Amino acid sequence: MFELSPTEWTAIELSLRVATVATLVAAPLGIAVAWLLARRDFWGKSLLDALIHLPLVLPPVVTGYLLLLTFGRRGLVGAWLADHLGIVFAFRWTGAALACGVMSFPLLVRPIRLSIEAVDQRLEQAAGTLGAAPLRVFLTVTLPLALPGVLTGMVLGFAKAIGEFGATITFVSNIPGETQTISSAIYSLIQTPDGDSAALRLVVVSVVIALAALVGSEWFARRATKRLHGN
Amino acid sequence: MLRVDIAKQLGEFHIEARFASEGRVTGLFGASGAGKTSLINMIAGLLRPDRGTIAVDGEVLDDTAAGLHVPVHRRRIGYVFQDARLFPHLDVRQNLDYGRRMNRLAEDAAARARITDLLDISHLLGRRPGHLSGGERQRVALGRALLAQPRLLLLDEPLGSLDEQRRVEILPYLVRLRDEASIPMIYVSHDPDEMRQLATNIVLLKRGRVAAFGGIEVLTAIPSPA
Repeated sequence: MFELSPTEWTAIELSLRVATVATLVAAPLGIAVAWLLARRDFWGKSLLDALIHLPLVLPPVVTGYLLLLTFGRRGLVGAWLADHLGIVFAFRWTGAALACGVMSFPLLVRPIRLSIEAVDQRLEQAAGTLGAAPLRVFLTVTLPLALPGVLTGMVLGFAKAIGEFGATITFVSNIPGETQTISSAIYSLIQTPDGDSAALRLVVVSVVIALAALVGSEWFARRATKRLHGN
Repeated sequence: MLRVDIAKQLGEFHIEARFASEGRVTGLFGASGAGKTSLINMIAGLLRPDRGTIAVDGEVLDDTAAGLHVPVHRRRIGYVFQDARLFPHLDVRQNLDYGRRMNRLAEDAAARARITDLLDISHLLGRRPGHLSGGERQRVALGRALLAQPRLLLLDEPLGSLDEQRRVEILPYLVRLRDEASIPMIYVSHDPDEMRQLATNIVLLKRGRVAAFGGIEVLTAIPSPA
């Protein structure tokens, strides 16, 4: 019998929400950073590059703890955001989204950067001679031509976000209905005496989501590439 | 209409050019490596001179002493590149329309019809650049530059990447353009025959310097194709 309990549904719904919000908020930022890294030379560029990749090499628990120190209720940024804007990350699903966004950021940025680097700068020059200001050159030439990479980056980021565990559980704990994603629900279930079958069901669900994301991205990227080359 | 007085150091290569041109088609002539492309890139605003001034129709576009540099997208100078550089993600119609959209010009179906007829590209409007021949691509690039309504058109060896047969096919369009469109042009080439057919005056460039300037009789000093 493959029937999901309300708690399991809640975890799935929360995971999807957290990963979607994390990806959608991180994408514009990721595109901007990817463009900076691909097209601009500035002081501290390698530092920025290293900083973005840090979550990839740090133990997730360290990233989570750093997020707690920074964005927690008494953290430097967290206290300011709570007092001035009323935004609270600690032990909320928004905090889970933040943790997932940070952890998936390097995976999001890399394909976008590579695809922007691959866009022929001579086309951007041509757009300039036709009267397009730099931002419009980016929106009408660079971005459409880099679209397959943008989609790949977003799907990779989403897949990473949906599976994120270490940083999330460290930063926002494991509260059912608020911060308990599929991963942390599985973790809880395999520690309870008869949680095996429930854990297994969630494992199947996460495999299905991951596969759907990969197949979907492949399909999108192929379509986008086709459109670009007009076949 | 065009006044150029600039100097630019590019690695080991030094360009120092000074000329003024009133003609309909100014031929920028010289062997490859003479600095022709760098010079028109400076006129287009893609490259910034180290020192000097560039002015079109009395409007100063570069004046290094005054720290003035009008960015490329505000110069209204059209550019036809040797390699066409059509946007691969747009069809011919959208490529032709690009400059009009970027300059927020009103739609002008008559102007577009006139230019697509002149260049014989009306039947290509729905195609993507990947499905055009080299000659067709270059004609679309020409139309795209013209429809942005530039005040000056730069042509950087527009026939350079085409074989002999295609050249003969495109050249008449350029002659028609010269005679029917009222846009002054700077035509870059190292081919004296093209120059004789198109140019009304000649700037002869040698190793980054203007070696001669005048009517097409300047070309008679050239013994053989460079």
